[in-house]
Amino acid sequence: MNQQSGPSINAGGSGMGFGAPPPKQDTEYLCADCGAKNEIKSREPIRCRECGHRIMYKKRTKRMVQFEAR
Amino acid sequence: MAPVPSTSSQSLYDPRRHVRVDAERARDVSSTDFPGYWPNEDHSWNLAKFQEGLQVKVTRLSKRSIEFDLVGVDASIANAFRRILIAEVPSICIEHVYVWNNTSVMVDEVFAHRLGLVPLNVDPSLMSSREDDNDQPTDRNTLVFHLQVTCERNKNAPKTATDPAEVYINSEVLSSHLKWVPQGEQEIVFADNPPAPTNPNIVLMKLRPGQEVDMEMHAVKSVGKDHAKFCPVATASYRLLPLIVLNPKKPVPPHLAEKFRKCFSPGVIEVDPITKAVSINEEQMRKETMSREVLRHPEFEGCVELKRVRDYFLFHIESEGAYTPERLLPESIKVMREKIATIRKAAEALRSDSGGSGDVEMRDS
Repeated sequence: MNQQSGPSINAGGSGMGFGAPPPKQDTEYLCADCGAKNEIKSREPIRCRECGHRIMYKKRTKRMVQFEAR
Repeated sequence: MAPVPSTSSQSLYDPRRHVRVDAERARDVSSTDFPGYWPNEDHSWNLAKFQEGLQVKVTRLSKRSIEFDLVGVDASIANAFRRILIAEVPSICIEHVYVWNNTSVMVDEVFAHRLGLVPLNVDPSLMSSREDDNDQPTDRNTLVFHLQVTCERNKNAPKTATDPAEVYINSEVLSSHLKWVPQGEQEIVFADNPPAPTNPNIVLMKLRPGQEVDMEMHAVKSVGKDHAKFCPVATASYRLLPLIVLNPKKPVPPHLAEKFRKCFSPGVIEVDPITKAVSINEEQMRKETMSREVLRHPEFEGCVELKRVRDYFLFHIESEGAYTPERLLPESIKVMREKIATIRKAAEALRSDSGGSGDVEMRDS
């Protein structure tokens, strides 16, 4: 139904298992409670710097998503 | 004995044209004007006779709808036009949605579906349809729209305001937010009527501060049988002309005239103020709802017959989209003629293949 396209981060990604994602990009997350932006590094407690809430949302993809209007 | 010309007439009161409406059933539903039904009458199809009986009359025309009478055709033809209007007259609608960002509460799939249903004012004759799904989009078959709306707080709003339209800027995504982006030669082709939704005030979704939508849409040409959004009409329907026949041998008793009048829709029956004689208003007869109320009263038994005229179709078409209502029937006829041309070509190909023999011989014997 929908498909993602555009500049893929993992372009040409053959043989990529669960190892480290290629570009070491610190992903930003949004706090579920206060909405503040948080950068979480690996092996770091998942905790909001502003309010201490422990639930984070992943941000929406920056890529274009295609849909059929049906 | 040679067949004589048919005795069917053009009169509305010819019983051969009537569907009888009884208290609990309809009778004489099928037409009988085909060869072999009436003994020794010539009912073979004849263009001159058809032209004589055919009649199209517009009874009401407004900006969005049309009512017209189609007289003298078989139900199969009238029904074919109705079905073509619903399923096969082409129109333009948003078909592909490319989402860059959507932080609203409505999920992308649902919003894409809503965008597809927005009627556009584009004349379909100016565009061609894509042959298949892999057909490349060009400026001849695709229109591009952009939608970019961000909701913010309105800093100038009064402190006491509670209406979201006042407190926020862009609290609603409207169909007027769709912006057409001309491609190639479209700038010239659509110069006098730039593509846009027919109604600029359709609320597509609601936003709150911080929420944003950013997407591109491609509109294509297709038909209603592909998806209901391409249907150019809101309704396309017909009914048969109601006919009320008074029995001259048994007039309605004067003291019951008022009760008789009330058995029908307002204006259909007229009562003479002095003689209390009952008559039918021919102009208003089509407004009769055929409630059959009059058949419930034993005192009116035999006074009146309720009927419908089998080949008198009262069409009502509501346009939704680019076509003006009076264009819709001609467009459906155009589609029908294309279909007939295809069948004719196929039949002629069959005949030439078989070399004029075999069981595909289509000449009338």
